[in-house]
Amino acid sequence: MCVAATVKREAEAGDATGAPPLLEARDLARHYRLPGGLLAPRALVRALDGVSFTLQAGRTLAVVGESGCGKSTLARQVTMIETPTSGALLIDGRDVAQADRTARRRLRPQVQMVFQNPYASLNPRRMVGALLEEPLAIQHRGSAAERREAALAMLANVGLRPEHYRRYPHMFSGGQRQRIAVARALMLKPRLVVADEPISALDVSTQAQVLNLLADLQQALGVAYLFIAHNLQVVRHIADHVIVMYGGRIVEQGPTEAIFTNPRHPYTQVLLASTPSLRRRRARAVEPADRPFDAAKRIGHDRGPST
Amino acid sequence: MPLVEIRDLTVDFGDAATPFHAVEHVDLAIGAGEIVGLVGESGSGKSVTALALMGLVDFPGRVFAERMAFAGRDLLRMRAGERRALAGGSIAMIFQDPHASLDPCYTVGYQLDEAIGLHGDARERAGKSARRERALALLREVEIPDPAARLRAWPHQLSGGMAQRVMIAIALAGRPQLLIADEPTTALDVTVQAQVLALLSRLRDERSMALLLITHDLAIVAETADRVVVMYAGQVMETGTVPALFDAPRHPYTRALIDALPGDAVTGTRLPTIPGVVPGARDRPPGCLLAPRCAFAVAACGAERPALRPIDRDASVRCHFPLTTPCASPRR
Repeated sequence: MCVAATVKREAEAGDATGAPPLLEARDLARHYRLPGGLLAPRALVRALDGVSFTLQAGRTLAVVGESGCGKSTLARQVTMIETPTSGALLIDGRDVAQADRTARRRLRPQVQMVFQNPYASLNPRRMVGALLEEPLAIQHRGSAAERREAALAMLANVGLRPEHYRRYPHMFSGGQRQRIAVARALMLKPRLVVADEPISALDVSTQAQVLNLLADLQQALGVAYLFIAHNLQVVRHIADHVIVMYGGRIVEQGPTEAIFTNPRHPYTQVLLASTPSLRRRRARAVEPADRPFDAAKRIGHDRGPST
Repeated sequence: MPLVEIRDLTVDFGDAATPFHAVEHVDLAIGAGEIVGLVGESGSGKSVTALALMGLVDFPGRVFAERMAFAGRDLLRMRAGERRALAGGSIAMIFQDPHASLDPCYTVGYQLDEAIGLHGDARERAGKSARRERALALLREVEIPDPAARLRAWPHQLSGGMAQRVMIAIALAGRPQLLIADEPTTALDVTVQAQVLALLSRLRDERSMALLLITHDLAIVAETADRVVVMYAGQVMETGTVPALFDAPRHPYTRALIDALPGDAVTGTRLPTIPGVVPGARDRPPGCLLAPRCAFAVAACGAERPALRPIDRDASVRCHFPLTTPCASPRR
């Protein structure tokens, strides 16, 4: 069996406004060469291969898939931490794949990142105020007083109080820490935030708070999200468009509702069937022979070896 | 008679004068072959309850209970050696991160052999070939392909799902009547999570092994468990059967947890949240522990701590004013 070609729903592609997308990938690829052995040839891993998508300003694009599917590699290209092997990656119309160092440096403040684990992503030895002002200081923006002003304003934006300015990360709960991480990502007024599993390390009750915060900030600031996640219920809640990745390739993409109500690619169907939900227990009860993972294994065998 | 019977369990930490109750007056019963889901936020006392049952709460923790019994045997009056033999044998436990539970310096085969040597039957404990035979059978039972090759594998060569299967195989070595699974799939991908949960359900069906499933993921419990115990700040807030508890939660906390899940709701709507955080060691309110965060709280809630009261045969709730209406929308 061969994995079907990418299922793509082009009908809705391109916004009605006709505005150029904030982020566009065209046939983007990132390959890694593994170190070879004495006699073994150096293997090539196609971590990202033939990936094309667009993201409009102020919208949310979710990337879903399992470990090793290339989600994080994609994030590293978009945040300009790495240079793509081939293809084009346009941020605001400028191709960062071909850009020189100076151009990339000018583009970097436009794209910021929020990581999965706020216990690891915040420097424990710096006060919240210093953490928030650091991006501004690196970019030489404003005087010390102006940076402090901006940090205090951002604290209010993410629902924290002025007195938190002088506290250290360990004095906060997980949800509050993720608020700080979001605030820090927004300090440079980026147009795109790459959020890599931003709520999966949080408790159920605080997940909802952070999701609401992200939605509020998008409305207020018009920031776009590239939202990397494995929890499909969360994706369904927050995303406008969804990309499903498998083995470094996009297997299906389209508007969120279309993907969820009518998944076309067998892998998307497996992902949906594997996601536990409060509702499906009834479906399970009437369909005990439900074994979604068999299909997953089948696809797994078809995953091309890295040549 | 239930397999596990815990009455009035309290686990204290800190000095005796001002103890912190990590677990407070918890009752828990697990029937033979039953899957009980234990849910709650971080710090609600789920894991400490399980550790107390295993006899693994170390100094400075202190365990008090009116009764703790396993298969009719009183755990509180048992000699330390007997209690020790139960842990890992008749009561086995698996944890969140399988790679942290496996010893990286020994092969899968060695670690299985060790568990079988400790908890296997007399024939297995005596003979090396019998142990190897059992190890292969266990790996087959947890659906690991090519078990003979896997015996020689090192933990770092296993994927997360494979490593968790190996952990389950090790847990099965003592033919447990109860398996405690503490967040067994939190570190796994969704497809692998579905496989591991299906495996646990199948083992329950085939061996009539009871399962205490500790998780913060309500959806997993809704799909897997027979009965649910909801904990908050060391206390049991609500118990009930699946699906009744999810269709019509009686406790505002359970209701709030369910409502906070993003489900099939329209994209872009706001999720209802629970304000505030779980009260810590020193700031537990005098009345209902949930009162400061509860949408339904009235003055009485802040004054008096409610007791856990039975509502019907299979359900109980700790609330002065249990909810009577089922969830507004048909739940996800």
